[in-house]
Amino acid sequence: MKEKFDVIVVGAGPAGNAAAYVAAKGGLSVLQIERGEYPGSKNVQGAILYSDALEKIIPDFRDEAPLERHIIEQRQWVLNDDSFIGAHFRSDAFNKGPANRYTIIRAQFDKWFASKVREAGALQICETTVQHLIKDGEQVVGVQCDREHGDVYADVVILADGVNSVLARKAGFHGEIEAQNVALAVKEILFMPEEVIQERFNIGENEGVVIEMLGTITDGLMGTGFLYTNKESLTIGVGCMLSDFKASEKRTSPYVMLEKMKQHPSIAPLIAGGEMKEYCAHLIPEGGYRAVPKVAGNGWMIVGDSGGFVNAMHREGSNLAMTTGRMAAELVIEAKAAGRQMTEATLKEYTRRLKDSFVMKDLHKYRNMPGIFHHNKQFFTEYPDLLTGAARHMLTVDGVDKKTKEKQVMSSFRKTRTLPGLFGDAFKVWRSVR
Amino acid sequence: MHIVVCIKQVPDSAQIRVHPVTNTIMRQGVPAIVNPYDLFALEEALRLKDKFGGRVTVLCMGPPQAEDSLRKCVSFGADDAILVTDRAFAGADTLATSYALASAVKQIGKEQAVDMVFTGKQTVDGDTAQVGPGIAKRLGLQLLTYVSRIVEVDLEGRSITIERRAEGGVQVLKTALPCLITMLENTNTMRFASMPAMIHAARTQVRKWNKDQAGIEDVEKIGLKGSPTVVSKVFGPTPRNEKAEMLLVEESSLRDVSLNLIQRLFTRHPIIEQELLERQSA
Repeated sequence: MKEKFDVIVVGAGPAGNAAAYVAAKGGLSVLQIERGEYPGSKNVQGAILYSDALEKIIPDFRDEAPLERHIIEQRQWVLNDDSFIGAHFRSDAFNKGPANRYTIIRAQFDKWFASKVREAGALQICETTVQHLIKDGEQVVGVQCDREHGDVYADVVILADGVNSVLARKAGFHGEIEAQNVALAVKEILFMPEEVIQERFNIGENEGVVIEMLGTITDGLMGTGFLYTNKESLTIGVGCMLSDFKASEKRTSPYVMLEKMKQHPSIAPLIAGGEMKEYCAHLIPEGGYRAVPKVAGNGWMIVGDSGGFVNAMHREGSNLAMTTGRMAAELVIEAKAAGRQMTEATLKEYTRRLKDSFVMKDLHKYRNMPGIFHHNKQFFTEYPDLLTGAARHMLTVDGVDKKTKEKQVMSSFRKTRTLPGLFGDAFKVWRSVR
Repeated sequence: MHIVVCIKQVPDSAQIRVHPVTNTIMRQGVPAIVNPYDLFALEEALRLKDKFGGRVTVLCMGPPQAEDSLRKCVSFGADDAILVTDRAFAGADTLATSYALASAVKQIGKEQAVDMVFTGKQTVDGDTAQVGPGIAKRLGLQLLTYVSRIVEVDLEGRSITIERRAEGGVQVLKTALPCLITMLENTNTMRFASMPAMIHAARTQVRKWNKDQAGIEDVEKIGLKGSPTVVSKVFGPTPRNEKAEMLLVEESSLRDVSLNLIQRLFTRHPIIEQELLERQSA
């Protein structure tokens, strides 16, 4: 018997779940195929959930979703080997009304999201890998799975198979992933009693803190570190561009970097006593605007990480994933209702809508960012030392007058980066974020 | 032939974590799976069905989410899935569980007579191996535990011949049907479900029975009320003081390494040497 669905969604992460949920709610017959043992078993993220993208799909998600803590305080740190200088923002306003950001644990969150997909009426199959797309001429008409009689058909296949989208590559929709377009991130979840976390981070029940870090912790490679508070655990991690790891003269490995970061005198006291519950590693597509491939064609669309939809600058990804998943599904519902064929002519509307949305607008805004940081490693090596050094110098009271101190700080900057260098760096950053 | 396979949904023991303070199992976030031992029972039942035809019904007592485990069994080829689920069953020990499952098997038998009941040899979370025998006793079934091979089933003569693991050897037993078999691990390899079977399983409605539908006659015998077992204390094992050590093999002969190993074993555990010597002299 030949099985045929309106939509096949490959993958059960945020993008795939959003697409399958919206399509099923829209009355389409949906088959969702997941490689992992259960949805969420293979999925890795920091993880921060941005409410907005999910609210547009499941407005009352807060009633049921397994959320850890809502964020009331954000700390941005620039670290050198023994200090950090930072900016903190904390507001009680984040405690009023529905929160905008939550820490989550993806294994649990994805399991919940996937259960909503099933409730919405989609068929969900796990432990099954899609090996190929089935084509009829130019038109994608189904998928071939790694099980006996594994061919299943659909009008449209939505690829939500993650950063390393093997399917899209096999089908020739995009080339090999390039090392300078992906970051390799590692993280650990450290168990810690609720009360200890709340005391240590100066927060109440359900309140959370985010620390984003940049500096010599990445050993001169382009990357950032992070520390998030969950309900009964901390998540700590660090990630750098894969190409930088490859090119690193010291052959720095990600886990060594994380181990060193955990021993940093500003970080160690925060995580002391934490018992490691799990560790994981993942690739993050951080190529930005220029790395986004063609995402719609005859009978197929690409959503989420597989399409490179990650705003590395603002550490947003799952919200882009959910948004692209939702938009792809919405288009299929409309096209189906209008009786249109799922050809490229119909589906390229998805690309157009993405352009008009925050997804591509944001990626476009930061299109030069990856390049700037790639070629200017001083942001990860010299500046952290200069900034922390300046702060330490100004805060040390030693009989030297303040004017002289200011001069000494300025000259330390000029000596390391030269005046044109400083202005050049400022200009580059300004141009890439403007 | 109608076979009922009893399964249990258990936390994946490979991923289980113990709470560092309370010593209790942290189930949150630990995936639930079909008790691995039960899969050998299911596969053996499916093989009998392949050979003789008939029907395999999977039965489970547990919370509503145990439905997922039953659906998995359907993907492997079970024809029917029944989940016995009711708040009244909460807190059941092996005595209460075997009572509830026996009642449910009796109910299933009303729809179609049951020739055999299969269970795994035990569960990975309780490790008691009591529920299978409990069901057999209550239903008056011939009990065959730790079965490693089914040699022959004679449906006309209503008899079965099996091999079972026993201390120091294998027993070959022949008995009458109906019977209850607890299947030993690693006795078969679970089949890989086909894509149509996966889709069929995803579409399958698992039948849910409350205590009345499961034919419970005496509510005093189920749930916490029917459970005389009391957990008096939970504690983690004390870590061993002894450390592993590595014996270098490269530069010495196998004989030297063996002698070295034996010498070290005897030094650490004099009792082994003593017993060996005693055995030798005896």
